[in-house]
Amino acid sequence: MSDMLLEVKNLKIEATAYPPGEAPRDITIVEGVSFKLEKGRVLGLIGESGAGKSTIGLSAMAYGRGGVRLTGGEVLVNGRDVLQAGPAGLRALRGREVTYVAQSAAAAFNPAKRLMEQVIETTLHHGLASKAEAEARAVTLFARLGLPNPETIGRRYPHQVSGGQLQRVMTAMALCPKPDLVIFDEPTTALDVTTQIEVLAAIKEAIADTGVAALYITHDLAVVAQVADDIMVLRGGKMVEYGTTDTIINRPAEPYTQALVSVRSIDHNEKSGGAPVLSVKGITARYRGTNFDVLSNVTVDLPEAQTLAVVGESGSGKSTLARVITGLLPPSAGTITFVGRDLAADFEARGKEDLRELQMIYQMADVAMNPRQTVGTIIGRPLEFYFGLKGAEKRHRIQELLDEIEMGEGFIDRYPAELSGGQKQRVCIARALAAKPKLIICDEVTSALDPLVADGILKLLLNLQKIEKVAYLFITHDLATVRAIADSIAVMYRGKVVRYGPKSQVLAPPFDDYTDLLLSSVPEMELGWLERTIANRKMEAAGN
Amino acid sequence: MRMPLSAAIGLFFTALYFGAAIFAGWIAPYGMAEIVGDSWEPWSMAHPLGTDTIGRDLLSRMIWGGQTTIFVAAAATILSFSLGSILGFLAAVKGGWIDQFLSRTVDLMMSIPSLIAALVVLSVMPVTMPVLIVVMGLLDATRVFRLSRAVAVDITVMDYVEAARLRGEKQVWIIFREILPNALSPLVAEMGLRFIFAVLFISTLSFLGLGVQPPLADWGGIVKENKEGIVYGIPAALIPAFAIATLAISVNLVADWVLNRTTSLKGGRG
Repeated sequence: MSDMLLEVKNLKIEATAYPPGEAPRDITIVEGVSFKLEKGRVLGLIGESGAGKSTIGLSAMAYGRGGVRLTGGEVLVNGRDVLQAGPAGLRALRGREVTYVAQSAAAAFNPAKRLMEQVIETTLHHGLASKAEAEARAVTLFARLGLPNPETIGRRYPHQVSGGQLQRVMTAMALCPKPDLVIFDEPTTALDVTTQIEVLAAIKEAIADTGVAALYITHDLAVVAQVADDIMVLRGGKMVEYGTTDTIINRPAEPYTQALVSVRSIDHNEKSGGAPVLSVKGITARYRGTNFDVLSNVTVDLPEAQTLAVVGESGSGKSTLARVITGLLPPSAGTITFVGRDLAADFEARGKEDLRELQMIYQMADVAMNPRQTVGTIIGRPLEFYFGLKGAEKRHRIQELLDEIEMGEGFIDRYPAELSGGQKQRVCIARALAAKPKLIICDEVTSALDPLVADGILKLLLNLQKIEKVAYLFITHDLATVRAIADSIAVMYRGKVVRYGPKSQVLAPPFDDYTDLLLSSVPEMELGWLERTIANRKMEAAGN
Repeated sequence: MRMPLSAAIGLFFTALYFGAAIFAGWIAPYGMAEIVGDSWEPWSMAHPLGTDTIGRDLLSRMIWGGQTTIFVAAAATILSFSLGSILGFLAAVKGGWIDQFLSRTVDLMMSIPSLIAALVVLSVMPVTMPVLIVVMGLLDATRVFRLSRAVAVDITVMDYVEAARLRGEKQVWIIFREILPNALSPLVAEMGLRFIFAVLFISTLSFLGLGVQPPLADWGGIVKENKEGIVYGIPAALIPAFAIATLAISVNLVADWVLNRTTSLKGGRG
């Protein structure tokens, strides 16, 4: 019993739903989940959004978010049932025995206080150390987590450090009171791949050094494979599979786990040649009131009915390129040719045909659709606007489009809030298709979706490309998506295209430095990948 | 969805006041300026609320006065909302110098206290009903402009508005189909409040003698005519005050309820 740190038995979590027009009713979020965690081990909780993984993670602190109630089972921390602990018992538990690292570090820090003050706050509050001791420990942790200038970084404010650094500072905050258990809730999800790998390595090292146990919550199986000893796969609040990392990754038993492991196995034959539908030549652009070129001298071609993937980390200018092509940001130099015509720089100066043939799909389907319009209105408006369709004819065409995006009957009168994330993105695709475009710009269309749902969307896009002969300009930071869908690739870094060509060439050596870094940072679903990559990098650095 | 009790109460009293105002000609037992008794007669069967300072039936005065007050307030509110919200949305959608010009003009107008502005304008203009409504509507439109611009600025940066622009939609579609439905909830809430402020404003003006002119009755005017009675313990001046208060509360109860029904983004709203 001495080594058993956390034991969850038959956990049941409920919440009350308030469906409009109906009486409130209780719904079960999590049911029958049991697991054990020994000291110094890491358990990965994995599942899609809504699988209850964060809710289960927080139950280790006996905390239910926003109206969520822990109604059954036991949660034993160091042998004590925390669900039965009173407020005083919980205060002693939280921030002392169990600490928490949130997903969005930027939102979790108080922007008005210096980092150090926030990092040592819980330690001081619990009276675990004097201020000087706590600060010294924080500095040690900063150094261990690989933060630059560990002595002085604590004096900065949250906005003065990068997102990856902030996430590491939060990890230091969680480790500072020397807890027995740390809950990591998607700590690297919001980060770029090149940053993610550093944070991941830092977290893993810190866990090993301090001997703390951890619950690691994520939706990315490849990430959890690098840090966890055991993995529990969750779906719809129920346990699907529970085993060692090796078993789950290499020998998954359940069909759902197998689907998660084999996700992104889309076959796509690369196409090449053909007349360009879009040519971007020497585009340089800057935002108004700044003297910094967000894009400099970007030149790419996109042939008909093919896909050009624009890859890069955040801040590389890939979304700005989309804004320039759509005419939202007129460039300061360069030309754009679209189906043989020169496109006006400003979209307001473009003709209706140009607007119709160039459509866009957004990252956040939630805000890309007017919440006050029904699916029928959203898809029907381009039909009415561009083709003058009305009444039954319009409704018929809307249903055709809904069939094409595999949604079928019964959606036409729904509001966006009544759709799931994947369905929302499908409706956005249908809206773009309704205009019968030659080119659709897809701006990170799958980044906000769960892997299986994203997979479905990518397959749909590829199918539609075959049927409708539409070209995609696919903006993404996710290289797995690129491998799945692209015909040609442009790698962007700091506003420049650093590598451009057919997919087979871009993804084959010899690489330039940045592409190499980008490619090697994508977590692979393989044990020991993280150590190997970090070791390789260190050797290269030493060799130089 | 069942109507909550508060909404039912609010709806009942709002309907009562508006009904009385609309059908004043049929309901009021006596004429508006008809002298039917002595001054300040106590409550009786013939005169349920007594008589006023020169012997007119107070109940009839209240009903006729309610008609004037509610009509002027409603007209001014409608004017201020149409003008304020359309200009506010336009400023948010267009941005640039149009926004600057409209916003700074509104700032300029708002820098003058509205009561003083109204008093100055009304002292040089002939005080007729249309002038009153336009003055009140214009002064109130500045507040509505501020609110609708603030709400619309947040909406214009949403991707769906960008999508509509890239589709080539005209400003009119963007304002009325993309922005207005999403800005409606705060505007409805504000409308309930603004209507009540308009009632208070016209009553204040009438009390000061620059609003509705005798022999026309309105609630502010009735307070003014009967204010000396308070000294002698005669409640005639308090009755319109009570009417204003209950109208204010009940209209806002209704506005709250409408708000609850329209904020749901799912189906089944009506």
